[in-house]
Parts: sequence; C-alpha cells; structure tokens
Amino acid sequence: MIEAVSGNFLPVKAHIKEQKRTFERFNAQWTPTQIVLDSDGVERHRIEGFLPVEDFLAQLSLGLGKLLFQHQEYGNAEKRFRSIVETHATTGAAPEACYWAGVSAYKRSNDPAPLSATAKLLKAKYPESEWTRKASVWIH
Amino acid sequence: MPEIRWQKDVDSALKEARAAQKPVLLDFSAAPM
Repeated sequence: MIEAVSGNFLPVKAHIKEQKRTFERFNAQWTPTQIVLDSDGVERHRIEGFLPVEDFLAQLSLGLGKLLFQHQEYGNAEKRFRSIVETHATTGAAPEACYWAGVSAYKRSNDPAPLSATAKLLKAKYPESEWTRKASVWIH
Repeated sequence: MPEIRWQKDVDSALKEARAAQKPVLLDFSAAPM
C-alpha cells in the first residue's frame, strides 16, 4: 500500500474539519474519497467510499492507467489495464480495466478486432458487469 | 515502519507535481487525526 501510493503519487490529505475549502474546491461530498489528479491538476479518476485493500490498490492502478490513456500512451495504458485484470481479477476494477484495455488496444492499432475480443472476454469472465453490457455493442 | 508522507497543501503539491511530472493522490478523510 505504502509503495503503491508513495511510489506513484504525491499524496495529499484533506481532513473534513480542517480543510473544508478543499472539499468544496474538488466537490468531495463523502468520505473517504480519493481523487487522482494529473500533473496539471486535472482530475482523471475518483474513488468514493471505503474499499478493502486489494480493491483500493486496483482502483489506484486503474487511475494510473487512465492517466496513461489520457496522455495517449495507449501501449502502456493497455499493459497497465491488463495487469489489473491479471493481478486483481476479483475486484470491481477488473471488468472496467478489461474494457479500457480493449479500447487502448484499438486506439493503439486502429484495428477494431481487440474490441470484439474484449467484449467476448468480458462476457465470459464478468457476465453481470455493466462494462460487459457497455462492450456488448462490439460483438458482431 | 515507513509511513505515507501526506502533504496538506494541495497547491504546493500541484506545483511539485508539475515539476516532477507526477500525479497527485488527494485523499478526503473524516477519520480521527
């Protein structure tokens, strides 16, 4: 946990009793909430509510994947998203990561084949996920 | 035992983030300090 936070981010804590203005500035309505900001201060990922450690680590990794994706580093984003699916397969972040891995592969290659492969993978691994339903449009 | 060194000043952290090209993790908490 310490390495996942300190090794990848500049960590900042805002306490509801001491930094109400920071809560308002970033529209934090509930605790705990964690927001991943890129180095320009733009929000790229938000985690609301308590999560067990593995789910939290998967969400942090998802945030890092989204940062790479936003910076159009699609190959690295895909690797990051796929590592979440492999390492944190049972977490809520996994189907979302699987979805974005497929999108990253498509963006990197301009080949739609990864989209339909992703939709089939999601259907097999996470049949109840909303990300499977989102990807269902890719199956032809 | 090492701990996470949380900063409290968002703007200072953002300046540092820009210089280091590193993302910021902003944690909103109500836990006792």
